[in-house]
Amino acid sequence: MTGRNQFMTGLAITRFALVAIILALAAGPWLFDLNQQTLLTEFFTLLVLALMWNLLAGYADIITVGQHAFVGVGAYAFYGLAVLADVDIFLAIPMAALTTLLVAIPTMAIIFRLRTAYLAVGTWVAAEVMMLIAGKLPGFGGGSGTSLPIPVVKAFGATLSGRVSTFYAMSFALALLAFGTTWIFLRSRVGLGLTAMRDNEEAAGAAGVDLVMTRIVCFLWTAPFLGLAGVLVTLQKLRVAPSASFSITDWTIYIIFIVVIGGIGSLEGPVIGTILFFLLRGYLAAYGTWYLIILGAVSIGVILAEPRGIWGACRRWGIPDLAPASHGPKP
Amino acid sequence: MAVDAQGRPRHEEARAPVLELRDLSIRFGGLRVIENLHLEVQRGEILGVLGPNGAGKSTLFNLIAGVLAPTAGAIFFGGRNITTMNVWSRRRIGIGRTYQIPKPFAHMSVFENVLVAAAHGGGRAIRLSRAEAMDVLEATGLADRMTSMAGQLSLLDLKRLELARAIAGRPDLLLLDEIAGGLTEAECDDLLALLKKISDHGATIVWVEHVLHALKRAASRLAVLYSGSIIAEGAPEDILADDRVREIYLGA
Ligand SMILES: Nc1ncnc2c1ncn2[C@@H]1O[C@H](COP(=O)(O)OP(=O)(O)OP(=O)(O)O)[C@@H](O)[C@H]1O
Ligand SMILES: [Mg+2]
Repeated sequence: MTGRNQFMTGLAITRFALVAIILALAAGPWLFDLNQQTLLTEFFTLLVLALMWNLLAGYADIITVGQHAFVGVGAYAFYGLAVLADVDIFLAIPMAALTTLLVAIPTMAIIFRLRTAYLAVGTWVAAEVMMLIAGKLPGFGGGSGTSLPIPVVKAFGATLSGRVSTFYAMSFALALLAFGTTWIFLRSRVGLGLTAMRDNEEAAGAAGVDLVMTRIVCFLWTAPFLGLAGVLVTLQKLRVAPSASFSITDWTIYIIFIVVIGGIGSLEGPVIGTILFFLLRGYLAAYGTWYLIILGAVSIGVILAEPRGIWGACRRWGIPDLAPASHGPKP
Repeated sequence: MAVDAQGRPRHEEARAPVLELRDLSIRFGGLRVIENLHLEVQRGEILGVLGPNGAGKSTLFNLIAGVLAPTAGAIFFGGRNITTMNVWSRRRIGIGRTYQIPKPFAHMSVFENVLVAAAHGGGRAIRLSRAEAMDVLEATGLADRMTSMAGQLSLLDLKRLELARAIAGRPDLLLLDEIAGGLTEAECDDLLALLKKISDHGATIVWVEHVLHALKRAASRLAVLYSGSIIAEGAPEDILADDRVREIYLGA
């Protein structure tokens, strides 16, 4: 029993430390220099993408390789609204999320006719088509894209350091929102069914879980978050361009590595994976393309050792989830 | 029996069998696994199904539960044609089933495994399903394993979990696929008592089982499935005494 008590104490300390880290991150603009804030902004953006890909691939068995589509849609929607339609920027942001959701509905109607590998190819094709359309849209600078006008940029802060802090705060808020609401979602009735689907789809259906409805909810859940990540990407790069806003490498391939390494089918996995990704990138930046090869090798190694990634291994060692979506007999 | 769950009279349905399979067939490529099968199951009965390995018993359950679509024929449940209905809708209108090879939600607790079925199968909020899940865990002897991850259960407990998930939400029709194997005599008695209780509450049970002494004690009727068709149906003592059945099934 003392062993168990020590264990629970350890868990409590870990959770306490996590809360402390989150509070420290909330004070980021006062604690970190501009380079660190910029790096963390990117970190939070990728974390949001990882959480969403994990929800689709790890829970709903929607293995998408076209996630970058909605990042690009969010980016272009934001540019179109804020710059071309001259909508107030802080209204343009939620409207960009809504636009992404609206684009997700017909996309879903098409790709949900497909399963497994065909679905993966379908999402990729859909993303390519959207990227091509983005390159043809009038006012968005065609294939080479276009920069955000100075007044729009300045609306986020008169000084560079002010803007960096604003973007940091926005990305931190989005990551927190994505994590928090996804956690609550997983704890809901639909989320309970979704978690069952993760473990055994056929048995979930036999237990009464509506597999189609759950998939739809999941897919539509991720779209606005991906769109908002697209807005952040646009603000970080200060431009939209088909190849950058719809980057398959940055918004899908890296994300797959992150989730696979960190642990698919958990909330902890994407966080661990994103941290590891930034560490690896930091240390391997000097090696150029070797970096990608090493990243690929690491993720293959992880899959072979433990298909459920680092957090899967932790679970096997009996470490309970830090953000459990579980239910007990008492509410 | 002349009223439904809402208390409305149900003259038509009361007379109709709970489950009716009409000329049901399924083929996998060239392999005919179920062939023009006809079967009626009456409300409240416990129908035992026996047949040699590979006879198509589990396939039959997959057809009734909606995992597989028949190549021909129709399935009626409570007088309603459900042939094209999906799995979860069938579960929600009252068809619960166990899997012969357990399919646990391995990374969820035993309690949550049952909660999924109580909430989704029973069509209720989580908050209103906890008590039901607890009752089912007590009834199936899993209460003390409640917080374990389902993936860590022994095969015997996994079979209990299958039963627990199947009965959570109180379906009208239970399809049980070999749940008595490996039980001690006392455990078997407990199981039969549980099934009797479920049956007394008005549920209909179709039970595929190789453990004949258990089946014989519980079943009000037996049906013998042999290469995809029902070759004999009737009172348990008659069926077990039937020469054809003894030859095919018992290899005697
Ligand atoms: N999805 C499938 N695809 C192809 N063949 C199948 C499929 N499912 C079952 N079969 C075949 O159908 C036949 C009947 O299998 P089934 O599992 O229904 O038998 P059973 O009566 O339950 O046997 P047992 O007593 O061993 O459980 C077997 O020959 C099996 O190989
Ligand atoms: Mg079988």
